[in-house]
Amino acid sequence: MIINSRFFNRSELMGFIALAAVLFVILPLTLDVFRLNLVAKYLTYAFVALGLVLCWGYGGILSLGQGVFFGLGGYCMAMFLKLEASSVENTKIQSTPGIPDFMDWNQITSLPLFWQPFHSLTFTILAIILVPGIFALIIGTAMFKRRVGGTYFAIITQAVAAILTILIVGQQGYTGGINGMTDLRTLKGWDIRPDHAKIILYFVEVVLLFVCIGIAQFIRLTKLGRILVAMREQEDRVRFSGYSVANFKIFAFCMAAVFAAIGGAMFALNVGFMSPSFVGIVPSIEMVIYTAVGGRMSIFGAIWGAILVNFAKTSLSESFPQLWLFGLGALFIAVVLAFPNGLSGLWADYVQPRIDRLFASRKSKSDWSGNSVADGAAPAE
Amino acid sequence: MFGDYSLGDLGSIFVMQGFAGLILFSVYVLMALGLAIIFGQMGVINMAHGEFMILGAYVTWMTSNFFQSYLPSLFSGYFFLAMILAFVASGALGMLVEWVLIRHLYKRPLDTLLATWGLSLMLQQAYRSVFGAREVGVELPQWMLGSLHVTDSIEVPINGVFVMCLTVLITISVAYVLYMSRWGRQVRAVVQNRIMAGAVGINTEKVDRYTFGLGCGIAGVAGSAFTMIGSTGPTSGQLYIVDTFLVVVFGGAASLLGTIASAFSISQTQSTLEFFMSGSMAKVLTLLAVVGILMLRPQGLFALKVRK
Repeated sequence: MIINSRFFNRSELMGFIALAAVLFVILPLTLDVFRLNLVAKYLTYAFVALGLVLCWGYGGILSLGQGVFFGLGGYCMAMFLKLEASSVENTKIQSTPGIPDFMDWNQITSLPLFWQPFHSLTFTILAIILVPGIFALIIGTAMFKRRVGGTYFAIITQAVAAILTILIVGQQGYTGGINGMTDLRTLKGWDIRPDHAKIILYFVEVVLLFVCIGIAQFIRLTKLGRILVAMREQEDRVRFSGYSVANFKIFAFCMAAVFAAIGGAMFALNVGFMSPSFVGIVPSIEMVIYTAVGGRMSIFGAIWGAILVNFAKTSLSESFPQLWLFGLGALFIAVVLAFPNGLSGLWADYVQPRIDRLFASRKSKSDWSGNSVADGAAPAE
Repeated sequence: MFGDYSLGDLGSIFVMQGFAGLILFSVYVLMALGLAIIFGQMGVINMAHGEFMILGAYVTWMTSNFFQSYLPSLFSGYFFLAMILAFVASGALGMLVEWVLIRHLYKRPLDTLLATWGLSLMLQQAYRSVFGAREVGVELPQWMLGSLHVTDSIEVPINGVFVMCLTVLITISVAYVLYMSRWGRQVRAVVQNRIMAGAVGINTEKVDRYTFGLGCGIAGVAGSAFTMIGSTGPTSGQLYIVDTFLVVVFGGAASLLGTIASAFSISQTQSTLEFFMSGSMAKVLTLLAVVGILMLRPQGLFALKVRK
C-alpha cells in the first residue's frame, strides 16, 4: 500500500520532533522522579486524547464514556498486579490467604472465576486490548447500525460510564469498591515502586505513546482517515456513495477505546493503583476537555492538551484549591466560545505562519508547494 | 427473590414502594420537563441542569431558615413561597446564562455540552464558596411529615402526595403554555423553522431566552421537591443529570407525554427494585434496562414522526 510520499509533512514533522525531544530528553533530564512520575500520569490521558482525536475530531463521534475504556484497561492491569501482590506468603494474616485483601475483608473465601485467568500476563495483555475493544464493538454496533449518533450517542455512552462506576463501587468484594485496587507491587517479580522502575516505566510509556501516534497518523493518512472526515462533514453523501458509514464509525470508536485502554493499563502501572474515580462521568468528560483544549483535529495538539491541562490542574489545585474549579470551568467555556480548534488552532493561526515565513525567506518557495501537492494526492490501496 | 413473601405482602410492598418512589418520580419529571424543553425543543444539551436544580434547593433552604428565624408563625406555609422563589431564581440565572453563553452555540449542540459542563463546574464551586461544602437539610413543616394509613400494611407519606399533586399541576400548566398559548405557539414555530419564524415577526432571540429560562425555572422547582428526599450539597445535582438525560431520551426527546411516562417507569422500577436488593444494584439494573431498550428502540418510547 502506498500512503503518501511522506509520512509527516513538514509542520507535523516539527511537531513530532518537538514532542519527542520534550518527552525523551528534556523532561527526564530536568524533572525529579516524583515530577516525572506525574508526567507519566498525565501521559496516560494523552492516549485517551489521541483516541478522541480519531473518534471525535475526525469521525465526529463524541464519546462521553472514554473513562469506561480507560477503566477497563486499568482494571485488567490492576487485577494482574493485585493477584501477584496477594501471593500466599504476602497474605498470611488473612483468614483466606492467597486472595486479594479486599476480598478477604468482604468475606469472600475463594477467588472468583473471572479473576482466575488474570494470573497469566499474556492473558492480561490480551485482555487489556480485547475487553475494551469488544465492549466498544458491542456498543458501537448496537448504536451505529441503528443510525444513533451525535448527542444521543454521547448521552448513552455517559450512561454506560455511570453504570460501570456504580457497579464497581457496589460490588466491593469483587472490585475493591470505592477505594479501588491499591497496594500494587510487582510485575512478574519486578518491583514497580522504586525510583529506577518509575523511570523505566516512563520510557516504556513514551515509546508506546509514539507507537500509538504512528498508528493514528497512519489511519489519518490512508483512505480510511479521509472517509472519516467525509462522514463527519456529510454523512448522507458518504452513505449514498456506497460506504458503510456504520462500520467506519464502529472502527473509529473501537480504536479510541483501545487507545484509552492502553492508557488505563499504563496508569495502573505508573501510579500504582486503580479506582472507580477514573471511570465515571466526570473523568470521562475531563478527557474530552483535554482533547478540546489541545485541538480536536490535531494529534500532537491533543497530547499537549492532556499534558498542559493536567499540569495546570496539579499546580493550580496545589496553590489555589478554591479557584481551581473556576479556572477549569472558565477554560472549557473559553475554548468552546473563542477557539474551537484549541491550542493547535491557535498555533496554526498565529505561530505557524511566522515560522513558514521564516523558512520561506530562507528556502525557495517551490519546495513548500511541492510538499502540499504530495499531501493532497489520494492514496491507492 | 419474591419467594419469601406472600402475595398480599408483595402487593403491599409494591404499593408502598410505589408511593415512596413518588417524590423521586416528581423530581425526575420536573427535571426532565425542563430538559425536554431545553434539549427537545432547543437542541441544547444543558449539563448544568443539575446545578440549576440545586440552586432551587438552596433557595428553599434559605427560605426555610428565614421563616424559622423571623416568621415562625407562618412556617407551615413557607414551602409555597420557596417554590416560587426557586423558580424565579433559577429562571433568572437561566436567562442570564442563555444571554451570555448559550445563544452563541445554537448551531453546535455538542459544544453546548462542553460549555455547560464548564458552567456546572463554576456553579458548583460558587455554591461551595457561598454555602460551604457541607450538605444542608431542610426542615419540613409539621403537616407534611406524617403519613396516611390506607390499610394496615399500606402507608402513604403526605409530602409525597403533596409533591405529586404539585408536579401534576406544573406539568399541566407547562403543557398548556406550550400547546395552547400564543407564546407556546411562537416557541414551537421558532423550533420548527427559525428563519421563517423570524420573517413573520416573531422575536426569536427573546423566545429563546424565555424558553431557556422556563426550563431552568422548572429545574429550580424540582430542587424544592428534591429537598424532601435528600440533603443539598454543591455536587448533589451532578448525580441526577445522567438519570434525567436518560429519562428525556427514553421518553423520546420532543414529547412531553413520553417524558412523563419514562420518568414514571424509571423511578418506579428503581424504587421497587430497591426493596429487594441494594440501592446500587437497583440503579445498575434500571439503567441497564433503559440503555438496553434504547439500543432496541433508539427513538425512545413516544417518538414524533418527523422527516429529517
